[in-house]
Amino acid sequence: MNIIACVKQVPDTEAQIKVKADGSGIEEGQIKWVMNPYDEFGVEEALKLKEKNGGEVTVVSVGPARAMETIRTALAMGADKGVHICDPAFDSADAFVVANALAAVIKTLPHDIIFCGQRAIDDDSGQVGAMLAEALGLPQLTLVTKLDFAGTSVKVIRPIEGAQLLIETALPCVVTCQKGLNEPRYASLPGIMKAKKKPVDVKDAAAVGIATDAKAKVAKTVPPPARPPGKIICGDEPAQKAAELGRLLREEAKAI
Amino acid sequence: MAKGVMIVAEQRDGALRKISLELASTARKLADQSGDEVSAILLGSGIEGLAVELGKYGVDKVFVGDNAAMEPYITEAHATVVAKVVKENDPAILLLGASVQGKDLSARVAAKLATGLATDCTDVKLDGGKFVAIRPMYAGKCFGEIVTSATPAMASLRPNVFPAAENAKAGAVVKVDAAVDAASIKSKILEVQKDTSGKVDLTEANVIVSGGRGMKGPEGFSILEELAEVLKGTVGASRAAVDAGWKLQKDQVGQTGKVVSPNLYIACGISGAIQHLAGMSSSKCIVAINKDAEAPIFTKADYGVVDDLFKVIPELTAVCKKLVA
Repeated sequence: MNIIACVKQVPDTEAQIKVKADGSGIEEGQIKWVMNPYDEFGVEEALKLKEKNGGEVTVVSVGPARAMETIRTALAMGADKGVHICDPAFDSADAFVVANALAAVIKTLPHDIIFCGQRAIDDDSGQVGAMLAEALGLPQLTLVTKLDFAGTSVKVIRPIEGAQLLIETALPCVVTCQKGLNEPRYASLPGIMKAKKKPVDVKDAAAVGIATDAKAKVAKTVPPPARPPGKIICGDEPAQKAAELGRLLREEAKAI
Repeated sequence: MAKGVMIVAEQRDGALRKISLELASTARKLADQSGDEVSAILLGSGIEGLAVELGKYGVDKVFVGDNAAMEPYITEAHATVVAKVVKENDPAILLLGASVQGKDLSARVAAKLATGLATDCTDVKLDGGKFVAIRPMYAGKCFGEIVTSATPAMASLRPNVFPAAENAKAGAVVKVDAAVDAASIKSKILEVQKDTSGKVDLTEANVIVSGGRGMKGPEGFSILEELAEVLKGTVGASRAAVDAGWKLQKDQVGQTGKVVSPNLYIACGISGAIQHLAGMSSSKCIVAINKDAEAPIFTKADYGVVDDLFKVIPELTAVCKKLVA
């Protein structure tokens, strides 16, 4: 099987995000960078498929030079090779540009199934998987929490509001991964050593050959709206506090 | 030239979902500022009657694609029809819901139309005639103002954030051809496994009672269930509680769980790690109950109770029972 896992490097979930004074983005100085947690599920699922059915896992990432660490992490987990799409022209890329860049590379690789995270936890757009599927003319299965490979198709579970769907889709297809799909493995020490020697093909914008103008632009980044300071409910007994809270929720907040 | 505001209405089992009315109302507000028309795309089988309801909430014209191929929802089938109707009618703005279906559909449609999409917006506005979508990024740690250089400018709206207000318009039905080439559809829904708990999904709940590490174990959640029952709410959980196996993944609120915006969010025994705050800080009213007065959750709370939650919550349940009676 030829399996592709798309990965993105993002700030760690515990990262404090500070907006630049001019609103042009966020301060990157103090951030610890990690593989997008949803992409980890994709890499893990790719490795599980390979272990069961044989084949090769290729990781593809669009990102600045530091994103190479994330590709190496995936290689250390067990992926075979990487493609790093790296060019300042992609610095202000939106999901549309990223999806087209990934598609341009993936078109040149054999692919039976392509994994993406359901969204990246930095811009939270959740668009790349579906846009990639469209660019490749493939079906998409988004938010997948269970996947069974059935030869020429996959059967997946996809949760929706108040239900879950069991869907069968012909391969090749694009799958976006939701938490619950698997437990991503940690890279072993031998894995980390081996990863250093695995091939990573670095491509610039010219080599990818697509238009890099974003369709959706972040015109301004702003801090979240401030919440007015809250009230701490006073009282001697839990019952008293509960009664006062109930009254405030009813009369002041009109929330119940 | 592109003109007007179009929405993609969402229905399930022959009923409009609430987000459809929120979309209609929001579209109406935008269109009234520029004196434009609001249109809607409504796809499904046997659903023409729902156009009336969209009219009630401000839609002038409803493009109805009534075809067995549109039921149940399959991405490629819906995306093909939506993209076709959009191209034929050339709206300036296209709004969808940031529901599970809306997120799946909006990105595919945006790619087909080669335009920009702002996902999960919490505000939209016209700024000097230009559409600006405001959305949380980094799970709400900051917000981005998104502008689109192509048409239509697309945005998906976070459920439960935009008000749905009646504003009667014609809701005139325009039938569209929603036939799709069956050979082009590679996916098939084999089974719909309905959640039989009868609880509203977290992303659609008006009231959420959430528990964290302070619940001490899965049994602790029973007092939250009782409070949620009285308030007609849904029980959620922090990542700590889910990782401990006390609640299911689908119940998790936070950066790697669900992002929610209920009218009332009651956080019980949740310290308020930044990744949890990111998932619930767009809630309208936040209550924190925690015995640690220094817990960061209190910085986001409108009302805080510093006490033992196992004593406060049963009392609060009793108080609420009387208030809602």
